[in-house]
Amino acid sequence: MLEAEQLGATLGGRAVLQAVHLRARPGEITAIVGPNGSGKTTLLRRLTGDLAGAGVVRLEGVSLTTLSARALARRRAVLPQSVSVGFPFTLREVVAMGHASGNAAHLPGVVEAALEEVGLADKIDGFFHDMSGGEQARGHLARVRAQVWAPVYEGRPAWLFVDEPVAALDIGHQLQVMAVLRRFADAGGGVIAVMHDLNLTAMHAEQMVLMEAGKISAAGSPAEVMTAPLLSRAYRCQLCMNTAPKDGVWLLPQVATML
Amino acid sequence: MAAHRLPVPVVGGALGVLLGAATVASLSLGASGLLPWEPLWREISPTERAILFDIRLPRLLLGALVGAGLAVSGALMQGLFRNPLADPGLVGVGAGAGLGAVIAIVLGGALPAALRAATGIYLVPIFAFAGGWAATLILYRVASARGQTSIATMLLAGIVLGALAGAVTGLLIFAADDAQLRDLTFWGLGSLAGANWPKLAAAAPILILGLLSTPLLARGLDAMALGEPVARHMGVPVERVKRGAILAVAAMTGASVAVSGGIGFLGIVVPHILRLAIGPGHRLLLPLSALFGAALLVAADTAARLLVAPAELPIGILMALIGAPVFLWILLARRAHLEI
Repeated sequence: MLEAEQLGATLGGRAVLQAVHLRARPGEITAIVGPNGSGKTTLLRRLTGDLAGAGVVRLEGVSLTTLSARALARRRAVLPQSVSVGFPFTLREVVAMGHASGNAAHLPGVVEAALEEVGLADKIDGFFHDMSGGEQARGHLARVRAQVWAPVYEGRPAWLFVDEPVAALDIGHQLQVMAVLRRFADAGGGVIAVMHDLNLTAMHAEQMVLMEAGKISAAGSPAEVMTAPLLSRAYRCQLCMNTAPKDGVWLLPQVATML
Repeated sequence: MAAHRLPVPVVGGALGVLLGAATVASLSLGASGLLPWEPLWREISPTERAILFDIRLPRLLLGALVGAGLAVSGALMQGLFRNPLADPGLVGVGAGAGLGAVIAIVLGGALPAALRAATGIYLVPIFAFAGGWAATLILYRVASARGQTSIATMLLAGIVLGALAGAVTGLLIFAADDAQLRDLTFWGLGSLAGANWPKLAAAAPILILGLLSTPLLARGLDAMALGEPVARHMGVPVERVKRGAILAVAAMTGASVAVSGGIGFLGIVVPHILRLAIGPGHRLLLPLSALFGAALLVAADTAARLLVAPAELPIGILMALIGAPVFLWILLARRAHLEI
């Protein structure tokens, strides 16, 4: 269980996050959604411990600030929006860095298996900087997966924090990435994902957290959050909701008009 | 496309052979021809003994240690800056050490006689160490806030610090007399000509300590190639790695500048060639940089002694002649497909 209480953050004297309470369960994908500038990434950075500020974040009852960097690296991995690699490392070497720092460092074959999972096994010995933007994004996903390769470590769930993991990807690879997150959650790990694509979110997340101006304005299942009034107010445009077969909730932005 | 790299044992072996050959050449070639193993099977004259053990051997060891120290300092600095063009010379550490040495040469005469007598030949080395450390400390104070070091601020502060040290050095040279000027010019061009056992004894412990500390930094520097936040996510104690790397660089650069003046470009050329050959992973890059740097400087120093014999070319000039074009080559190659 991830618990965050009274989280706050200020950037340049301006409060960008105010009194945020959040609970996320392992075994689920928790998606943070909201308009640009609503504080999604700031919330994620408070949850990972990258950003200092008011409030406390606990993983399984243990405050983040009491864990050493090494211990924390075995319990959670973080995928930022973009990462540049400073030297000509190969894909294998980049993924191996995650593996060596994580909770399955002693296991052989993890680098290969993580790359298999994101469909990059054939690029393993190529230079990282020679790959396309989408391939690099998946390469970094393989790196963080290799870091928390065991979704449950020493009896406690491991966590994946991902910031817009599908932003650079086509629809096929978007589904592939969401499947990677799904399998991790199904195996007992916890996933916190900042998402822009509401349809994709509704299809895959158990919990949706809607951010508005540095606060959580709604949280719950996709069916509870994906309502026309809530989303129309948050995104400041008129939205209509349709339901697809199998209880999925779909948003159809092509019929939207700006408010 | 698969990355093309050379097998590490082959590269390591080749560098070992290169260092061996440079060692033999350095000990046997010169005004007096004497093979290093000759003492094993014939009686050698006292003059030959002095040439071998008091002139060539300390010079060989100092060259090897300074070469290793400068090459590893370059590799560390580049890892810290995530940029293959970073070098201790670039962040003012070399300039600070140089200023210290110039202060000792020009103003040393004004020191109390007792202090001068106590420090003796260590006066210049001590001041150079102090200058290198001071530059590093100022740099760290300017570039770090709330326990975080900004690499961009450090780079800019280093450039300014280098300019300031250069300006003060210029003022001192302006004030120097003719004899001091001759000393300064020779020292500033970079040379191992003054190598002797006391100089080696002064510099060796610092250089060896710096070299031995680097394996502790390798994993952290690899991770920092993905940026400091990502390295932190992977459990790397980033601040500790940065502090360690900065201290190791200051120590090795200060010691090198003190005993050999400014020998540039070794710290850029060696790690760059090795990254092309074996990849950028620091666990191998750092020790092989030490090996390559030692071999290259010993070879270049031997060439510097022989090219214009019986005079000798300051080795700093030779290294700059080789190094500057390589630097430009890296710059042009990077401009083609990467931001600098």
